[in-house]
Amino acid sequence: MEIKVLKDILSANDRIAQRNRQLLDSHKIFAVNIMASPGAGKTSLIMETTKRLEGRVKPGVIEGDIASSIDAEAVGKMGVPVVQINTGGECHLDANMISNALGSLPLPEIQVLFIENVGNLVCPAEFALGEHLKVLIVHTPEGDDKPFKYPLMFHAVDAVIINKIDLLPYVKFNLEAYTKTVKSINSQVAIFPLSCTTGQGLDAWVAWLVEMASSLTR
Amino acid sequence: MHELSVTQSMLDIVLEQAKRAEARRVARINLIIGEMTGVVGDSVSFYLDILSKGTIAEGAAVNIKSIPATAKCRKCGSIFELGEHDWTCPACQGDSFEIVGGPELFVDSIEVE
Repeated sequence: MEIKVLKDILSANDRIAQRNRQLLDSHKIFAVNIMASPGAGKTSLIMETTKRLEGRVKPGVIEGDIASSIDAEAVGKMGVPVVQINTGGECHLDANMISNALGSLPLPEIQVLFIENVGNLVCPAEFALGEHLKVLIVHTPEGDDKPFKYPLMFHAVDAVIINKIDLLPYVKFNLEAYTKTVKSINSQVAIFPLSCTTGQGLDAWVAWLVEMASSLTR
Repeated sequence: MHELSVTQSMLDIVLEQAKRAEARRVARINLIIGEMTGVVGDSVSFYLDILSKGTIAEGAAVNIKSIPATAKCRKCGSIFELGEHDWTCPACQGDSFEIVGGPELFVDSIEVE
């Protein structure tokens, strides 16, 4: 006997993500899921953004890594509430891990929550966490062919940050062609070329983020 | 890479549906997997062998219908498969598309006894 099911395999994760979203909304917390390949600058971007939010918006951070707490220690030194998730081998964060992490954070003290996903361009695109924004960081040394290799990730995000533009003279990365390729499958995406090292382009990204976050509380 | 958690979620759905139908055994699981998900069918079968041990889905065959990464041109409406080096509409050279195939990750149906 054949039984028609037609059910999304990740529907259980999506249900938990919806609960996370309700909890975040009830605290007026704007959550940003930050995804990238390893070394693209996720932690650097969170730290540089946090510095520029000081006095304006209160941040919090969830650090996701397969192992270690190096990133959480770095962020914690800035006096930002942070919780580390070690996925123990899993290549992505899922909604249940976020649900547990939210229980360890001082939610009334947080307005923007950065969720640093595991460094990986495949799996994190699949798993909703309850976030309001999905942001992808790419970096110029990884080359400009990644949209062709990981189209789902580029299709799924609200913003693409192109980090390390200070290295453009030394690497094979055609910024103009890249932007056109990403926009071809994601016409609404916001693109921010910047450098966490020199600070170039960071203000435009932070201004956009603050604008998006304020739309939640209006 | 994410096949372990995908397979576990898939098995949960299969076992729930089979239980609801009061099945004794799950003979076949039919999945629809889009190419853009990067989910590898062989890995799903491998993990299912491990995860289904001792359940009524143990030994079930897995049949995967793969959906290619497919785009629809916003300018001329042509439907085409996304290439690996270049994304341009083959009909009109347009450069804005809607994704119409590729992100699927579904349990389509199960065959039970």
